[in-house]
Amino acid sequence: MELLNLAVKTIFIENIVLAYFLGMCSFLALSKKVETATGLGMAVIFVLGITCPLNWGINEYLLNDGALAWTGNEQLASLDLSFLNLILFIAIIASIVQFVELVLDKYFPPLYQALGIFLPLITVNCAILGGSLFMVERDYTLPQATVFGISAGMGFFLAIVGMAAIRKKIRYSNIPPGLKGLGMTFIITGLMSIGFLCFSGIKL
Amino acid sequence: MAKLKETVLDPLSDNNPITVQVLGICSALAVTIKVETSFVMSLALTSVLICSNLIISLLRNVMPSKIRMIVEMTVIASLVILADNILKAYMYDVSRQLSVFVGLIITNCIVMGRAEAFALQNPPRLSLVDGFGNGLGYSAILIVVASLREVIGFGTWYNYQVLPLAYEGNGLVILAPGAFIIIGLIIWIQRSVIHKVEED
Repeated sequence: MELLNLAVKTIFIENIVLAYFLGMCSFLALSKKVETATGLGMAVIFVLGITCPLNWGINEYLLNDGALAWTGNEQLASLDLSFLNLILFIAIIASIVQFVELVLDKYFPPLYQALGIFLPLITVNCAILGGSLFMVERDYTLPQATVFGISAGMGFFLAIVGMAAIRKKIRYSNIPPGLKGLGMTFIITGLMSIGFLCFSGIKL
Repeated sequence: MAKLKETVLDPLSDNNPITVQVLGICSALAVTIKVETSFVMSLALTSVLICSNLIISLLRNVMPSKIRMIVEMTVIASLVILADNILKAYMYDVSRQLSVFVGLIITNCIVMGRAEAFALQNPPRLSLVDGFGNGLGYSAILIVVASLREVIGFGTWYNYQVLPLAYEGNGLVILAPGAFIIIGLIIWIQRSVIHKVEED
């Protein structure tokens, strides 16, 4: 129940794009077509769902204050390596993305075709690194981290597909020249974000 | 000399990293609730950008192009860790408010984008200046957005009361939608001034 609550909170109330502004760059650049938006959204769910638990493990057993206690070595146990988390997380994310790409290419070619060029792009998507950093900051447990990762990805999926659909609808609208493209996208995002504000306060 | 000047001034308006190149939007929106936090964030980003441009430009002839992404990532990540720790040591309160967004400078596309687009092809001195110019362009937008949001939302500017105390803060501007709409409007104004129209 608590996990379900966390999922609802992460998808709707604290939507990673509309409330925390993460992953904006790809959100703006790739929301022109519904198909590409769907592909990217799926890829983000996938990668967030894998990297969050993995980075949780890294943080818990390698980096945190006293995390190396399992080695039984006192000197190691007294280390606090948490300042290394940024560089290690980004390395993990980059290698996982590469690894996922290889596995998909070998065993699930249709899915690989569908995700295509979006996988490599994800390495530099701040939603992924942001997910891991939020998870550390909020002291999640392993099940919480997994649920958080997947539902953050679903939040991103929801936002980008919705955005793509709206942009398709307004293609022939008469927009003032300076506002065309980026400016209008921002204002629509703002309105979407107001819509998502209505979810705040919902608790299961 | 003319080229140096152009490299600094160009990103300020005609080629602004946020409103024209569309880079580094995430942090521009998230940290702009108060002028103080966005000032510190701009400072952090500008210093990281200058250093990373300089280092990558110095390395540009020695690193093999196949692994250049990894090298760039490592350089940027190390600089960000440095900035993060300096902030934690000397400005703990602000660093708490910025939370994960200092760390997210790593994936901020401005740093990576300038490294790829400029520092890899240009000598160190020019790259350094380019980093400075883009940092300034980013800071300018950040400060403008933050000023609007703080004045309308709280009635203060850099924690000083500027509107009469009776002013009731506007809650919407402080929340996420306010940031999106304000930045949308700024883009509109700026693009109308420099006559840049995007074809969809």
